Amino acid sequence: MNQVIGKLFSILLGSFRDLLPIILVVAFFQLAVLQQPIPQLGSILIGTLLVVLGLAFFIQGLEMALFPIGETIAYAFADKGSSVWLLIFAFSLGFGTTVAEPALIAVADEAARVAAVNGIVGNSDEAMASYAFGLRMTVAFSVGLAIIIGVIRIIRGWPIQYLIIGGYLLVVAMTAIAPKEIIGIAYDSGGVTTSTVTVPLVTALGVGLASSIRGRNPMIDGFGLIALASLTPMIFVMAYGVIVH
Amino acid sequence: MIELLLHIWNTILATLQDLLPIVLIIFGFQLFVLRKAIPHLKRILIGLLYVLVGLALFLVGLEQALFPLGKIMAEQLTDPAFIMGGLARTADVLQWYDYGWVYIFAAAIGFSTTIAEPSLIAVAIKARQVSAGAITVWGLRIAVAIGVAIGISLGSFRIVTGIPIQYFIITGYVFVLIQTWFAPKSIVPLAFDSGGVTTSTVTVPLVAALGLGLANTVPGRNMMIDGFGLIAFASLFPMMTVMGYAQIGEWRYKRAQRKYAEEDAKRENNE
Repeated sequence: MNQVIGKLFSILLGSFRDLLPIILVVAFFQLAVLQQPIPQLGSILIGTLLVVLGLAFFIQGLEMALFPIGETIAYAFADKGSSVWLLIFAFSLGFGTTVAEPALIAVADEAARVAAVNGIVGNSDEAMASYAFGLRMTVAFSVGLAIIIGVIRIIRGWPIQYLIIGGYLLVVAMTAIAPKEIIGIAYDSGGVTTSTVTVPLVTALGVGLASSIRGRNPMIDGFGLIALASLTPMIFVMAYGVIVH
Repeated sequence: MIELLLHIWNTILATLQDLLPIVLIIFGFQLFVLRKAIPHLKRILIGLLYVLVGLALFLVGLEQALFPLGKIMAEQLTDPAFIMGGLARTADVLQWYDYGWVYIFAAAIGFSTTIAEPSLIAVAIKARQVSAGAITVWGLRIAVAIGVAIGISLGSFRIVTGIPIQYFIITGYVFVLIQTWFAPKSIVPLAFDSGGVTTSTVTVPLVAALGLGLANTVPGRNMMIDGFGLIAFASLFPMMTVMGYAQIGEWRYKRAQRKYAEEDAKRENNE
């Protein structure tokens, strides 16, 4: 029993340490720079406690569930030896985790409003909803495609930098022809696609695949899926802008 | 209190909605395509429950404590009245160097929120396992956090000056490409991944508030064109700092080896 409490305490302490920099930054700027008292101190203390507890639970769950799931499924696919099913799975995972992502829904709605203000789509709710829906589908599709490309890369052992360099060149080329209003949103859409649940799963999947395929090095071949998943949305969102605008 | 519990419950439901498609895809493939029982099912289910409750508490706590205060601070620091108040001279037009506290705040908030970012913790744990400890959890997190700090700070400078975002991002890409040739090959994929994981639950809301606050108060800026784009900065610079972290590690390793070799040679000469 003492051991359990000891472990719990050390996990909570770890989470508190993760949070400490934010607390210090906020306190310093509020008290020393803006020279104002901290409003609703009680509510803030309760909130901080919740964050610490939440982070501790999440990290436990990470090691118990998300990492093992990603690894188990990678080993199972490597065992089965069917790359077609593996690629279908890769696409479903990328598409499925992105399409319902709240951050993406928020960005898509925001982009629809920008488009309506600039007269690119009609000002009706219908036109805006259809624009936002199209954008979401575009991003979800591009993430699915990214995971497919990433998995093929792991199987074949291609060096990641060539894919990334090629992708950057496409981003630069698209930037030149894309409408100005979509560029900021396109660049940001690369960052919002990778949620807190997806990242550990996809990372464990990549590392698991690279460890179970002979001749692959998990360090060199296992990472890189997230990088591709943040790159393709930029290209596809700008393409969407070119087509729709 | 009841209100708070209700809020937590609603957030759990929302997080469940986020988690459910992933769980369905994975269990569906496991059962129908791979046709294998899931090993340690009970442990995994408990773990998923932890993830669900953990994320919900984390989000509610952030909304309750950090986001309101952080957003108010971002607004106050970008407010021209505050910036004018700190000036030694009287000025009608603010210059880019008058925004000193904004750049410092941008760097500090970028660094500290990145340290608390759960997906970065996950990638760092994995990287330590895979590299057999050559990359430490804190080493990677601090390297990424420094990158985000530089990125957000420079991104704020861009909004204040109004230089088009493409110039920075494309120059940054070119720099990353050059560095890729010189960095140890095994760090490159992880460095590229670090760009994508930095911007998640904690960082995005605060950084967005800072960007929109700046675009709103700096004269001549358009919220739509200039308010977005800080996140792209936050994804770019960690690639450089993570490769830099590995380059420093490699350099120190080589230097240590050279030193040992020299000492060995000296000893042999003495004998």
